[in-house]
Amino acid sequence: MKKVIIVEDFCIACYNCEVACIAVHSKSQDPVKAYKREGLRGRSNAVVEVESPLAFSVMCRHCKHPWCMDACISGAIQRLDNGIVYLDEERCVGCWGCVVGCPYGAAHPNIAGKDKHAFKCDLCIERLDAGLRPACVEACPNNALLYDETIEEREEVHT
Amino acid sequence: MLYKKPQIQFYPYIVQRDDYKCVRCLGCVEQCSYDATFYDEELDVLWNKHEACVGCKRCEAMCPTDALKIVPNPSRPYEHASWKWDLVMDAYLQANTGSIIITGIGNDKPYRVYFDHLLIDACQVTNPSIDPLREPMELRTFLGRKGEKIELAETESGKIELKTRLAPQLELETPIMFSAMSYGSINLNFQESMARAAVKLGTYWNTGEGGLHKKLYPYAGRGIVQVASGRFGVSRDYLKAAAAVEIKIGQGAKPGIGGHLPGEKVNADIAETRMIPPGSDAISPAPHHDIYSIEDLKQLIYAIKEATRYEKPVFVKIAAVHNVAAIASGIARAGADIIVVDGFRGGTGATPKSVRDHVGIPVEVAIAAVDRRLRQEGIRNEVSIVATGGIRSSTDVIKIIALGADAAYIATVAMLAIGCTLCQTCNTGRCAWGITTNDPRLARRQNPDIASEQLYNLVTGWSHEMKEMLGAMGINSIESLKGNRLRLRSIGLTEKESEILGVLPVGE
Repeated sequence: MKKVIIVEDFCIACYNCEVACIAVHSKSQDPVKAYKREGLRGRSNAVVEVESPLAFSVMCRHCKHPWCMDACISGAIQRLDNGIVYLDEERCVGCWGCVVGCPYGAAHPNIAGKDKHAFKCDLCIERLDAGLRPACVEACPNNALLYDETIEEREEVHT
Repeated sequence: MLYKKPQIQFYPYIVQRDDYKCVRCLGCVEQCSYDATFYDEELDVLWNKHEACVGCKRCEAMCPTDALKIVPNPSRPYEHASWKWDLVMDAYLQANTGSIIITGIGNDKPYRVYFDHLLIDACQVTNPSIDPLREPMELRTFLGRKGEKIELAETESGKIELKTRLAPQLELETPIMFSAMSYGSINLNFQESMARAAVKLGTYWNTGEGGLHKKLYPYAGRGIVQVASGRFGVSRDYLKAAAAVEIKIGQGAKPGIGGHLPGEKVNADIAETRMIPPGSDAISPAPHHDIYSIEDLKQLIYAIKEATRYEKPVFVKIAAVHNVAAIASGIARAGADIIVVDGFRGGTGATPKSVRDHVGIPVEVAIAAVDRRLRQEGIRNEVSIVATGGIRSSTDVIKIIALGADAAYIATVAMLAIGCTLCQTCNTGRCAWGITTNDPRLARRQNPDIASEQLYNLVTGWSHEMKEMLGAMGINSIESLKGNRLRLRSIGLTEKESEILGVLPVGE
């Protein structure tokens, strides 16, 4: 399965991946409207971690044996046939089991909004269907996020 | 503190933020390496310290919602015909600091650019032009000493063989090379990008005076290594690995001035490459302390030739100064294979502004003068001439070759290709574009995978344009254009200027 490969040597902490993620997961598909009118600020599935000079963007690793799925009490997290670990926000009851369980810190609690549910990267499933690359990869100006046919799937630390 | 020197208030740039478009992603805060942008958590607002902005436009380029514009401050010092605003600012700055004004990049003063007063010829009717897409068009050229004559001999089997031993030559697929920028003044990512691009293009890159990093040895076959007054990183392996060796006497941006890489910039990696202790100042003296005459230069040239077994051409690089033609003649007679003439618009990592803007002469004039002098003395074939310092486009390359150069070095435009915005603060070591800095946070902004492709694209585009222009002139090889001043005409120049350049005015 192809995943987003994080190249920590070249992340420049521009946060474009975060903005792109929020924009493509919004109704308007526009970053300004998504942040200002749809209240999606802080809802990026990719999060840039900075400890200067090191920086990298972290999003769901779509593990083969996801700990978040094991921790999920409502069946909201499922591993789809294509390998994508998908979180159904409608079915999520907001127990934060996945948030605690994810060793990468890639599942996030939505505590700012009215609906209490967790959210995480869906690998831009709709964009993939349309033959596009994930939005964060598309937005990265320095090839610090890659989604490429030529890159072999790397063994995850925990599987 | 509210108190600041009053002149600080007349800052040159304003950061204009469209607050509605700003989504507070904080990218600009992270991108600004001059501390001109900060986030106020209490108010949830991004503020700018305009007086800290150098106008590099990094935040503007990286803003995902196009909420930022860096504009000249309309209220910067008043100016009139004599007192330009930057002169006023310089006076303020020096009144506050009492020090030399140091700057980067090249001369930004409005001196006449001779390239813009030269027009290229084309064929009509009597001499057919050539379509480079349909017919062979050669940009390949060779740098190095060309002998007086060649002798051929017939072997017993009737084959013709070359009897003369040719001097070592550099083979360039396009007459554009990457000029010297040292590791230290720029970072390894950019140097690696140039090296990779040069290998792919079939041309050469130059290490500058900072030594050759061990990571770049695989690209050294297309590398020219420099021996400058500081002799940084010069070793047996260094000379052995390279395609050619360049003795740097001077630099167009700072003729007669040495270099100084402050100790705080000399990290472990730079120290190893330069072969100096970490944290020590890397000082390149103004002169080579063993070169006080042409005879001394000859000793160094031949010392290098001996060390490299006469297998590698030796370049000598000088700044274009008033007596450049006579100096070049001396260098040719001292045994150099290639002379590099660096015009006064050449760039640098750091130079006193007074020197950058007021010392030296333009490369167009210098090349014309050097070429003429060497031809008059009958030694033009003894050396190749490389022009650098102010080459901005493919047309500049064509024009400088027609004025007598064999090839050109580019550097400032190579930086433009990877993002440089000519903000002229290379000397601070805080380049927000990650070019002239070794700060690990900033240097990672140049990914060699991307940057090498940009450089490759630039030179490839130029090469295509040059082929088109050669075709229009009815010439099918760049070597046929060398010194071919008849294919140029001057426009808007005085009779004397045209005479020095060796070109006829338009209409003649």
